[in-house]
This record gives sequence, structure tokens and C-alpha cells, in this order.
Amino acid sequence: MKKLMIAGMTLLFTLGLATLALAAEAAGGAPGLGGFFAASVTAAGFGIGIAAFGTGIGQGLAVRSAVEGIARNPEASGKITVTMLIGLALIESLCIYALVVALIILYAYPMAKPIANALGLK
Amino acid sequence: MEHPILFLDVLTGMLGLHIPPHVTYAWLIMALLVGLGYLAAKPRALVPAGGQSFFELVIGGLEEFMVDITGEEGRAFFPYIATLFLYIWVCNLIGLIPGFFSPTANINTTLSMALCTFIYTHYLGIKFHGAKYIKHFLGPVPALAPLFLPIEIVGHLARVMSLTLRLFGNIMGEDLVLAILLMLAGAFLAPLPMMFLAIFTCTVQAFIFSLLSIMYFTGSMEEAH
Repeated sequence: MKKLMIAGMTLLFTLGLATLALAAEAAGGAPGLGGFFAASVTAAGFGIGIAAFGTGIGQGLAVRSAVEGIARNPEASGKITVTMLIGLALIESLCIYALVVALIILYAYPMAKPIANALGLK
Repeated sequence: MEHPILFLDVLTGMLGLHIPPHVTYAWLIMALLVGLGYLAAKPRALVPAGGQSFFELVIGGLEEFMVDITGEEGRAFFPYIATLFLYIWVCNLIGLIPGFFSPTANINTTLSMALCTFIYTHYLGIKFHGAKYIKHFLGPVPALAPLFLPIEIVGHLARVMSLTLRLFGNIMGEDLVLAILLMLAGAFLAPLPMMFLAIFTCTVQAFIFSLLSIMYFTGSMEEAH
């Protein structure tokens, strides 16, 4: 199992790097920000994926405990539901931060110009 | 990423004005809510009927729910909470209608509401405790006060950020998903199941925003630990 996971992670990592390399190669012909934009798309995709992974586990645990609590004491279901909703919103906001960061990376490009200047691209 | 045609945008464009859509749609929703509230409050019958009974159900349910959490002294800020809930709810839902734009899908709208909550929290704290309100920021042990003060200040500022980004990210993400599904397979009604989910998340987000405001207000009203 562990070996399989390591192999999977290696494959993912290689594929991710291959995307970068291919994109850089494609953009290499015409001097531009192609590599940088490919990197930002990769970063946004992986970032939101990792955030959704953790958030899914966290929310699953929270819902499991809430459902167990309701099953044991059905009369307390109202209070448990409200508390669970608050908790879910707080957990979910972590994934939302990742989404906002991904949207900033994809649409706002705050660092595009400084990086382009630093790399000597135009 | 916005809806392609926004009728208020077209209207203001015809008049030669350049007002961003989230502002015009916020005005539209304010007018809608004030008009509905006026219509609902006008008959003022002892035995409510029609619209009045609906609004009494909504407002009464909200008030019961809120007083359960805050206790009796919380009734003073109930108008603020009810306004927040109704306004955010309508703002979220109106984006699902073609030609309309959710004002909450813009970060300026959500930030303004989060700042209102932030200021009102500290106003309530100072009103209830006076100068002793500073104890809320100093932690349980006096010796550790220099350590607790920056942590508490950062914590209070993070509340503003989390309130802002949670609402903005949810509504914005939902609009994006709807737009992308529409572009991918709009002819096969692909966005329809997401829209049902969106009605649920809209309500939950409005609820969460007002619920967290209630919790913050309660926290600033109670005695320092």
C-alpha cells in the first residue's frame, strides 16, 4: 500500500513537472510569460485540489460526529445541527480561502509584472 | 466573470452613467426589501393575513432563534441581524435569475458588511463594559497580557477577513460554476442541478453570516474570562 502511494505520488509529481517543462518548451520559442502562466494554472489546480482534500476529510469527521450524536440523543438534534453548521462553515472557509487564492492566481495576476521584470521578460 | 447581459447595466449605460453592477443591484435589492417591508407593515392587522403573516413568521422565527443564543439583552440588536440576513439572502438568490447579478459576488459588498459587524461588535463591547472592555483582549493572566494583546487583535481582524472571504468565495464560486456549466453544456440543462444546490448554499451562507455576527456580539457582551 505504502509503495503504491509513493509510486502514485511520484507519478503525479513527474506529471506535474512534465506539464511545466512542456509548457516552458512551448513558450520558449516566443519570449513571453507562457511558462509563468502555465505554472500559475498548475499551482491553482493543485492548490484547490489539496484544499478540497483536507476540507472533505474535516467536514466528513464533523458530520460523522454530529450524526452519531443525533442518533444517540434525537431530542438534541436542533442544537447539534446549528453547531454543526457553524463548524462546517468554519471548516469550509479554509477551502474557500484556497479558492480565492486560486481565483487571484488565475484572473488577477498580481505578481505577473514584477516577475516578468525580474526575469527580464516583457 | 459576470453574467453576460445585466439589464441594469444596460439601463445605466443608456443614461450614460458608469455605475458598477454590484452597486446598482444592491440598490435594487434595497428598494425591493424596503418596498416589501412597507407593504407588509402597512395593514398592521391584529390577525395577520397574506404577506403580513409571512413576514411575521420570518421575523418571529429569526428573533426566537437569536434570543435563544444571546439571551434577552440581545433583542436590542435584532434589527441589525434581521437586516443582514434578509439582505444577504436576497442578494445571494437574485444571482440565480438570468439578467441579475449577486452583489455579494463582489468583494466590496461583503467587506462592507463585515466591517459593519466588526464596528458594531466593539461598539456593543464598549457600551456594555465601558473601559473594562480592554480586559477582553488581555487574556486570563495579567502577566501574559503583552502576549495576548497582539494575538487577540489579529484574531479580531481575521474575523473580518473570514466573514468577507467566506461569503464572497461561496457566491463567486457558485456563479463561476454555473457560468462554466452553462458554457460547457448549457443546451442539456447542465447548470440545473447546481442551481438547486445553489439555493441551499445561498440560504446557508446568509444564515452563517448572521449567526457568526450573533456569536461575535454575544462574545463582546459577556464578561471577560
